[in-house]
Amino acid sequence: MPLARILLTRIGYGILLLLAVLVLNFTLISIAPGDIADSIAGDMGGADASVIAEIRARYGLDQPFLVQLWRYMAGVFRFDLGYSYFFETPVTALVLERLPATLLLVVSAQVLAIGLGVLLGVMAARNPNGALNTLVTFLSLFGFAAPVFWTGILLIIAFVSIFPIFPVGGMRDVTVEGGWLAQALDIAHHLFLPMITLASIYIALYSRLARAAMQEVLGADYVRTARAKGVPERTVLYKHALRNALGPVVTVAGLQFASVISGAVVVEAVFSWPGLGTLALQSILARDTPTIMGILFFSSLVVIVFNILTDIVLRMVDPRIKGG
Amino acid sequence: MSAPLLDIDGIVVDFSTRAGDARVLDHVSLDVAEGEILGIVGESGCGKSMTALSIMGLVPQPPGRLTSGSIRLAGRELVGLPESELCDIRGKEIGMIFQEPMSSLNPVLTVGEQIAESVRLHEGASPRAAMARAVEMLRAVEIPEADLRAKAYPHQLSGGMRQRVMIAIALACRPRVLIADEPTTALDATVQAQIFDLLQDLQRDMGTAIVLITHDMGAVAELADRVAVMYAGRVVEKGAVGTVLSDPRHPYTRGLIACVPHLEPDPPAVRAPLLEIPGVVPALTDLGRGCAFAPRCGSRIARCDAEKPPLEAMDGGHLTACWVARA
Ligand SMILES: Nc1ncnc2c1ncn2[C@@H]1O[C@H](COP(=O)(O)OP(=O)(O)OP(=O)(O)O)[C@@H](O)[C@H]1O
Ligand SMILES: [Mg+2]
Repeated sequence: MPLARILLTRIGYGILLLLAVLVLNFTLISIAPGDIADSIAGDMGGADASVIAEIRARYGLDQPFLVQLWRYMAGVFRFDLGYSYFFETPVTALVLERLPATLLLVVSAQVLAIGLGVLLGVMAARNPNGALNTLVTFLSLFGFAAPVFWTGILLIIAFVSIFPIFPVGGMRDVTVEGGWLAQALDIAHHLFLPMITLASIYIALYSRLARAAMQEVLGADYVRTARAKGVPERTVLYKHALRNALGPVVTVAGLQFASVISGAVVVEAVFSWPGLGTLALQSILARDTPTIMGILFFSSLVVIVFNILTDIVLRMVDPRIKGG
Repeated sequence: MSAPLLDIDGIVVDFSTRAGDARVLDHVSLDVAEGEILGIVGESGCGKSMTALSIMGLVPQPPGRLTSGSIRLAGRELVGLPESELCDIRGKEIGMIFQEPMSSLNPVLTVGEQIAESVRLHEGASPRAAMARAVEMLRAVEIPEADLRAKAYPHQLSGGMRQRVMIAIALACRPRVLIADEPTTALDATVQAQIFDLLQDLQRDMGTAIVLITHDMGAVAELADRVAVMYAGRVVEKGAVGTVLSDPRHPYTRGLIACVPHLEPDPPAVRAPLLEIPGVVPALTDLGRGCAFAPRCGSRIARCDAEKPPLEAMDGGHLTACWVARA
């Protein structure tokens, strides 16, 4: 099957999946007790039943479930995810404004984790008795055992309080002036600690995976063939062996995207990173249902898009993968 | 005979295993002249592949170690050469074909690239020139539609085709020596014959010396000029194919030949009922003091258990390591 057709099938499945996610989210949230009317009434310090009913009517909450669902889905097709009562902005605009910060955090952490993890794994596999191998084992124990928020707080204590070289939180410093380069450097400066924190778990995961895959591949007959051709060891490692070992790492990295995004929620909270995670926290506390749903929708979209990208990368790495 | 092109002299390879140290190669000496085909035969585990890997400097280390001996290619000592110089010899001076065509090609690289890589490395050829050579090599190993096949991945080719590609890789830089380690074991009979024919043709065209490792006594009889028989890490008999096969002196060689009915030297009437050699190859970790074959040998004498027989010239014109044959 040609790549274009496989991609189209994948995208088709992705859209179906997204719709299913929407229906499920909507249902779950309607089942959950309490809604925005309760929340507004609570803020007003209590209100009588008629006021609450009026609020419900205004937001269409008095309609039957299926009507509400239908209205919501119809809106989604127009890219209208509803209106946030709490932020008093359309949800789509609200989420799109926060999405880039989260994407920046998630993608940079994944790239760092995959890059560093694979590098560590390769070097550890090459020398099973070396210090690097011990480091990988240690890192993976640490990475799996340490909760993200704890790593984050530890890094803040170390590099903000004791050695103040990084800002405590946020994404940019309003006092920084200058062109895009100065701005980009400022963002990178703010990004560093949250990125390391989020990447730490995954560096552990990917380095172990890469080490195991490399150890297996290095014993393969085709690696011996490459050596018998006189290929220098470095090329044997990075051209002949690594491309074969990358499959499991890429597959797992693709599957991990959902978990990286949920990890980002915690990291954003620790570093007050202005992304979807902090938005999610605020809207959950405010029972701002449309915003919560909007965030869920966009996170599902991101996960699905990255899964399709993973699939493409896998196909580029391994020509044996066929079909959809 | 001129000075040998490849001269292996008394190499010893030890492996450290859980059961103790195993002497996988015990003073193996072989030599190959220019343009000659040397057959190496012996049962599974007798050290044929390890001999080949030692020549390539590819003994897995650890656990293996080449502890003594010398390997000279056209007078140049290979043992102890730094890795970078060995890389220049592998693929350029000595090519090697492996036993498993199914797994010996890299699944994520096109076969053209796998041939061209070697040409780029050793001859500094441009990518285009190297790919052109790859296509030329695919044609030389008689793969139809070579220019299309160069873009194929190994999984798109049959076992016989893949072994042809392996041969093309090994010969791409026109090495002086080709080591073929059981090049046909994994292939079916008709393909086996084709591969042997191909090797013979290429050998005639290029004048490459071949070390042909095989279980197939028939192929040795047909292709090789000289033959070495190995048992438990030692060469037990070697000499010209004609004399070794028609007048085998070592009981093990006789057993091997008897396993292949049409090669048996004696007339059928007196053929021994033996169609396989009883017993198994001993563990290399406890070989004892005597001849390693003694426990399985029908003609053993007291001396066989006490002392290892040295490899010595017989009156038949070839070398044998056997106390009985000497007596
Ligand atoms: N990594 C290793 N560790 C320990 N022993 C090994 C190792 N590799 C090979 N050997 C031993 O070396 C001996 C020779 O192996 P080799 O592969 O050379 O046999 P072979 O004659 O090529 O057999 P076959 O016909 O099966 O290919 C065997 O007895 C094997 O057990
Ligand atoms: Mg072998």
